[in-house]
Amino acid sequence: MSVCLEIKNLTKRFPGVLANDRVNLELRDGEIHAILGENGAGKSTLVKMIYGLYQPDSGSISLHGQELHFSSPRQAIQAGIGMVHQHFMLIPALTVAENIVLGSEPGNIHYRRKENEEVIRQLSKQYHLEIDPSAKVGDLTVGLQQRVEILKVFYRKAKVLILDEPTALLTPQEVEQLIQVMERLREQGIPIVFISHKLDEVKRVSDRVTVMRAGKTVATVETAKTTPQELANLMVGREVVLQVSKPPQTAGKPVLEVQDLVVAQGHAEKVRGVSFEVRQGEIFGLAGIDGNGQFELVDAITGLLPAKSGKVVFRGNDITKANVHKRTTAGISYIPQDRHADGLVLDFELTENFVLRDFARAPFAQFGQMHRQAIEAHAERLSESFDVRPHRIHAIARNLSGGNQQKVILAREVSREPELLIAAQPTRGLDVGAIQFIHDKLLELRANGKAVLLVSLELDEIMSLSDRIGVIHDGRLMAVLPGGQATREQLGLLMTGVKLEKEG
Amino acid sequence: MFWHILAQPELWAATLAMATPLALPALGGTFSERSGVVNIAMEGIMLIGAFFGVYAACLTHSAWLGMLGGIIMGAVMSLIFAWVTVSIGADQVVVGMGVNIFAAGLTTFLLNMIFGYGGTPTSTPHLPNIHIPGLSQVPFIGPVLGQQNVVVYIMLLAVIASHYFLFHTNLGLRLRAVGENPQAADTAGINVWNMRYLGVIIGGMLSSLGGVYLSLGLLNSFEPNMSSGRGYIALAAMIFGKWTPFGSLGAALLFGFSTALSMYLQGTGNISTNIIQMLPYALTILALVGLVGRSTEPAADGIPYEPNK
Repeated sequence: MSVCLEIKNLTKRFPGVLANDRVNLELRDGEIHAILGENGAGKSTLVKMIYGLYQPDSGSISLHGQELHFSSPRQAIQAGIGMVHQHFMLIPALTVAENIVLGSEPGNIHYRRKENEEVIRQLSKQYHLEIDPSAKVGDLTVGLQQRVEILKVFYRKAKVLILDEPTALLTPQEVEQLIQVMERLREQGIPIVFISHKLDEVKRVSDRVTVMRAGKTVATVETAKTTPQELANLMVGREVVLQVSKPPQTAGKPVLEVQDLVVAQGHAEKVRGVSFEVRQGEIFGLAGIDGNGQFELVDAITGLLPAKSGKVVFRGNDITKANVHKRTTAGISYIPQDRHADGLVLDFELTENFVLRDFARAPFAQFGQMHRQAIEAHAERLSESFDVRPHRIHAIARNLSGGNQQKVILAREVSREPELLIAAQPTRGLDVGAIQFIHDKLLELRANGKAVLLVSLELDEIMSLSDRIGVIHDGRLMAVLPGGQATREQLGLLMTGVKLEKEG
Repeated sequence: MFWHILAQPELWAATLAMATPLALPALGGTFSERSGVVNIAMEGIMLIGAFFGVYAACLTHSAWLGMLGGIIMGAVMSLIFAWVTVSIGADQVVVGMGVNIFAAGLTTFLLNMIFGYGGTPTSTPHLPNIHIPGLSQVPFIGPVLGQQNVVVYIMLLAVIASHYFLFHTNLGLRLRAVGENPQAADTAGINVWNMRYLGVIIGGMLSSLGGVYLSLGLLNSFEPNMSSGRGYIALAAMIFGKWTPFGSLGAALLFGFSTALSMYLQGTGNISTNIIQMLPYALTILALVGLVGRSTEPAADGIPYEPNK
């Protein structure tokens, strides 16, 4: 196979950071080439340079032996490089056809609606990416929006397709469809660069993998000749434990009891009569496909949404009507799923973010006056013991990496010594190292006899951590299975609403 | 009695005449905001158009060249506005307010400096009214549509042309794309800044034509602050019209009608003139609160574009 895209010694420096340090990459015709690396390893910087969004400081990019210099995406597109961004570059208010032809419209003045829609209908048939060209993009599901992005690339006659973290926002079914699309494109001889930090996907779909770490390309290996363990080690730069080790433990008294809970948002009932309990020293995992009521259920337990009926009992006390503040002081901690919107005040310092829940109480404040020293000492302690980097307590939360932001939230919530920790998607978008750290902390709470309610869309996470697994579908709890015995197939069926046959 | 007033063609003719200096800046605002630049500077740009229209007309002894001069100066003012807001990325509302205050001061100052305290000469040429052959003879319709000022017809043509431009041309698609998601437009190879300059400058030209209509169409003189808040009502008309040319025209007609009605009712003496003069403004607020509900503004309206962020 001949080399299609070749990158040699590409270097990009930002003020204070060497984002890409002599990066090398070789893409062959008709292969799926994965770029694997943790967040902040320099994957995005690399592809932005290939796509002309950034200009490299030194090094070269060549396509089919011809050296290229892009000063804008327009030039990269003309050269035949197409990219699907992690965050879609789509305009919800416009139609599919308008989004696709935008910037390369045929004709001079008049926008040819009918003709454009017909061309796109043909294009979608050709690449097996079925879509309605006249639909408004804002009305489409995330998976279909991604299709629009891919079609956009082929409309511009791309010879190389770059997919930047394409599975980050997709449901498991949509990921499956995307993988099929990628395989079909490979059959048509289109080389694909696939950027990811998820080992299993890389292992499954790619022909070769280039691993990046700290701005450098550390290795390129053939996927078939490597193991996930080897890839993980290359990615992190040290031995990584992929399998969580969890000592057996008997659960104690119930800490949280949810009884026949109904939660409505607007007119729609999102949770329809859910009952379960979480006991001391256990991790209760709540599995389900996004949008089946799991996060409304969490909001009702933390007090962010009112319960329409039913009861929430915490350590024997009915807290159904209690406000958020009462619940947290009673001993409930919460890691929200959206750390930027709900977990942190991004423009505050770490010191302030560490005391967001308790700033008004001793020892952090007295008579409405904040005690700077106590707050700073607390921040020092937490940032030390949770290994938050950079280790500067006056750093602004926004400037931290996702993993470190999550550590800040975890440190704040765990240091309050809660009886119950509710963790909603605690490892979303994090790299292997940070995920391991957070899983260890959850297991530590379990070992200390605390209760943990883990809500996650990642089935692997639920299965490796939970003592018991509840599956939620369409606002109802389908079943509660013991963690060690539930299989992926069972859970998958329950998640899609299929009831299991009772055995025996 | 009230129905009797509605049957008067003069009321409807006045409605159209009063709607014109609202519809033009509303259309201008639509262009600017569709490209993603919040424009509250219509008031000031109208004044610029009104003053320089009269000044150019006096210098050249031609109302047509006056109109051209007013529009050019409106475009120049918008160019400065675009430079500060689009290229430098300054807050669009603050700069817009600055333009309004600056324009009010500048035009009053120039009026006194150039023309003295006597005001603009009464001999200033005037943009003509047009009698459309045939149409102007038809009863009722004739006086309403057939014999208006030339700018009224330009405005009606501008509404149609703007609709075609925004929704049926490739350039219009690009302009709207930039106002919705500049990042996406940029990655599609569209120059975001060029589109925004285009939107702001076309907007400024239309707004200043609204000003020219006040000074050379309705009157043939310039008075300090003669736009008297029309730029702001145009802003409301633009929102009320959901950022579309025909919507803006419709809202402008509604406001124009209330102005025309208040002019008519003033003659009757039954209602306080203060209340009547308040009508269009009260209607503006009511329209925005009650009738529009959730408006669908361009998603990136008001956000300066900085790439690589």
